[in-house]
Amino acid sequence: MTATALTQVEAPETLAPPRRGRGRRWTSYVLPLFTWVVIVGLSVPVFVMILFSFNNPSGRQNIKWEGFTIDNYTQILNQTSIIDSIKLSLEVAVFAMIIATALGALLGLALGRYRFRGSGGVNYLVFLAIASPEIVLGTSLLTLFANQFTFIKLGIPSIVIAHVMFCTSFVAVTVRARVQGLNPSMEEAAQDLGANPVVTFVKVTLPLIMPGIIAGALLAFALSIDDFVITYFVSGSTTTFPLLVFGAAKTGITPSFNVIGTFLFMFGALIAVIGSILPSVTARRDARRLAQDRSSAVEFAAAGAGH
Amino acid sequence: MAATSAAGVGGSLASQASPYDPAPPPRRKGNPRKKAVPYALSATGVIWLLLFFVLPSFFMLAVSLSTGTLGTLQFAWKWSNYSTMLTTYDTQYIRSIIYALIVTIITLTVAYPVAYWISFYGGKRKNVYLLLLLLPFFVSFVLRTVQFQFIFSDNGPVLGTLKRLHLLGSSAHILSTPYAVIAGIAYNFLPFTALPLYVALERIEPRLLEAGRDLYANRWSTFWRVVWPLSIPGVFAAFLLTFVPAVGDYVNATILGGPHTTMIGQIIQSQFLTLFQYPQGAALSFILMAVLLIGATLYSRALGTDAVMDAAGR
Repeated sequence: MTATALTQVEAPETLAPPRRGRGRRWTSYVLPLFTWVVIVGLSVPVFVMILFSFNNPSGRQNIKWEGFTIDNYTQILNQTSIIDSIKLSLEVAVFAMIIATALGALLGLALGRYRFRGSGGVNYLVFLAIASPEIVLGTSLLTLFANQFTFIKLGIPSIVIAHVMFCTSFVAVTVRARVQGLNPSMEEAAQDLGANPVVTFVKVTLPLIMPGIIAGALLAFALSIDDFVITYFVSGSTTTFPLLVFGAAKTGITPSFNVIGTFLFMFGALIAVIGSILPSVTARRDARRLAQDRSSAVEFAAAGAGH
Repeated sequence: MAATSAAGVGGSLASQASPYDPAPPPRRKGNPRKKAVPYALSATGVIWLLLFFVLPSFFMLAVSLSTGTLGTLQFAWKWSNYSTMLTTYDTQYIRSIIYALIVTIITLTVAYPVAYWISFYGGKRKNVYLLLLLLPFFVSFVLRTVQFQFIFSDNGPVLGTLKRLHLLGSSAHILSTPYAVIAGIAYNFLPFTALPLYVALERIEPRLLEAGRDLYANRWSTFWRVVWPLSIPGVFAAFLLTFVPAVGDYVNATILGGPHTTMIGQIIQSQFLTLFQYPQGAALSFILMAVLLIGATLYSRALGTDAVMDAAGR
């Protein structure tokens, strides 16, 4: 999530609105109007979800508005099966994020920086892992875990392994994009000033690709906590939050699910908003600093070399 | 992957073509340690992918040629698993492909104008528009689909209102019909269409459009002869990233569909998790993978993998 939001440096120029002799024609309103209709239309399910988290239904069915209440929020901790499943999802997501970020960042660095024998093949492997349908990934992992790798228990271990598998590719492409966008002269400056490769990496390269790594980690977390299909196949009898929602969809979703959904949505949206604001703030700050001291980049590199 | 990553991929907002070319590989001849660096860096990730992505595919191939069920699998070169499954479930394969095609056409038609407007006329608020567009996909994928179950329900906000206004007969329904399934898939996979399109359109130099206008091209010919050709890689990436997960959809078809909208993903699921017919399920799954991977490989040969990876990285 927010991959490029974080990596973005400055907004490229855009077109000025088309110049017209006699004001704007009606056609110039069609596209913006269409865009807004799509934006509003897409958010309808979100509004429905949030609205019905405040509903007070008499039965199990939460499909008719029967009155406003905040009990669903105050009582949420008593919903043990939901709380257990979301805890489990969070646990899995944290593990998967940590491992996938480590593997994916190294992989992305290798792919973005070096052209080595086999790099084309590795790129293609990452591409395939992203392009494959989930159901195929899930079933093939199930055949592996159920027949050959039976020492890996179906449950948290198999879920984490599966999540790491698909998250790694996404982290790798995120970091790869960031590495390819780097200005090589930064590292060259550090090297020219006498920094050895390790110091250059730690003091110059790593801070520069950090936004890509953070974005990749957030993406991995979001993918993991939301995954249904692959988890469904490799979970055994373990129930993560998406699995619980799916099971409940047959009998009726209680407002408590909407409460958790609202929390997850708010959390994700908050990070996305921060992610899209932060780069422009830091970019402005960096630009100001650069204006104050044009040699800051060199000094930065020199500082790295000094240690 | 696509499906669930909606929120993830979705969230990444943005714009920026990499301002610098990839660094030329710092290569020094005759330094084996230096040469080993990329291999050391990529080793763990590649091993993980080989163990849990490539290897399982081969095992699935082996299982698809076996006899027996879970626990009694016996490898037997049983190719008839494939012919049996293809003839038994041809309807579901064809239906899945048709649904996915319709979905892709819908999402392309909706997403292209939006991505076009945001990338060329979004100005400084580009990221805000993109964020607004993708925000709904931060709602958990399954929960989002369940909301559709409610919205489309027989007496829900859409049908209930239309029925009360007597615009529809009281027996009208959307759930369990292809309309509900296609609408659900199209909604859920829209980010996978919108992002590659946006990435591609955003990279087009606005000055090219101005040049087109200066050369007396009208808007349509500027679009068709400048913008459209340059956005083709994005369109194909969008197609791939939407069509592939849509064919393999399981969640939308199960939650929103009915007995006459069964898609191949549901058949695969029941073979594995309900009937424990692993060879049959594996054969079905392998057919799906083979068809889609051939498509993906042709795509990557023709257009490279960058467009897809760039979109995925966002």
